[in-house]
Amino acid sequence: MTSINAPHFDPERFFRHGMGGHGGRLGLHYAAHGADWVELALPYAPELIGEPDSGVLASGPILSMMDMATSLSVWLKLGTFRPHATLDLRIDYLRPATPGRTVIGHGECYRITRSIAFVRGQAHDGDPDDPLAHVAGTFMAPEGYS
Amino acid sequence: MTLPPYAMLLGLSADSDESGVLIMPFAEGVLGRPGFLHGGAISGLMEMAAIVALRDALAEEGGGRIKPINVTVDFMRGGRDKPTRARGVVTRLGTRVANVEATAWQDDRDKPIAAARMNYLIARP
Repeated sequence: MTSINAPHFDPERFFRHGMGGHGGRLGLHYAAHGADWVELALPYAPELIGEPDSGVLASGPILSMMDMATSLSVWLKLGTFRPHATLDLRIDYLRPATPGRTVIGHGECYRITRSIAFVRGQAHDGDPDDPLAHVAGTFMAPEGYS
Repeated sequence: MTLPPYAMLLGLSADSDESGVLIMPFAEGVLGRPGFLHGGAISGLMEMAAIVALRDALAEEGGGRIKPINVTVDFMRGGRDKPTRARGVVTRLGTRVANVEATAWQDDRDKPIAAARMNYLIARP
């Protein structure tokens, strides 16, 4: 049983009514989580295409998903929700996403200080050993994380 | 200027007052936390502005295909309930690689809400 004092953040419950705003518009949904990581899924959709000739997804939706997955991973590592904002995010596009495939975004928080959280992640479209993007970034909590 | 389906999803249009500037209206589909733009939508807007600038610069040299290598985004201010504009600037157009910068702003161009640096791979015909 979870006591009231035990910190807890459940991303699945966080999205139990589906995702609103930009995440909902992209069709993002929860996939899995662990102690300091979250996986979100971005199903392939024609309206997310960046190159009409090839049908390849635009890079923006993948960046949006990685921003959200890494943001959630901070609250998981922390054990609770804290308001915070992305300070910076760098994404390397290793290869194009395969048209038709769902993209999985794995976000992980590896360090939290008083006001900054450090995150990293990868995106793949089926094989985690063949990632299509890598990200690294930081979040800042204006009122602090502790 | 033709924009891809993803730009339509963001609601982007070209600014009729200034060539090369894209406008993104504030709407439910680009919201993050309540009352603020999603960082991913702001990034998407800047990526599109960067691609528009790069396509224009490439067109003067005979065109070519472009592929994103990486993007680094700095978020400076929250995006509020008003239109957001973005512009890309090609800082160097090489034979194989282009360096592009983009900024996004709302009321005041000198107070950007976000800035990005991008590297693109270029395949010339």
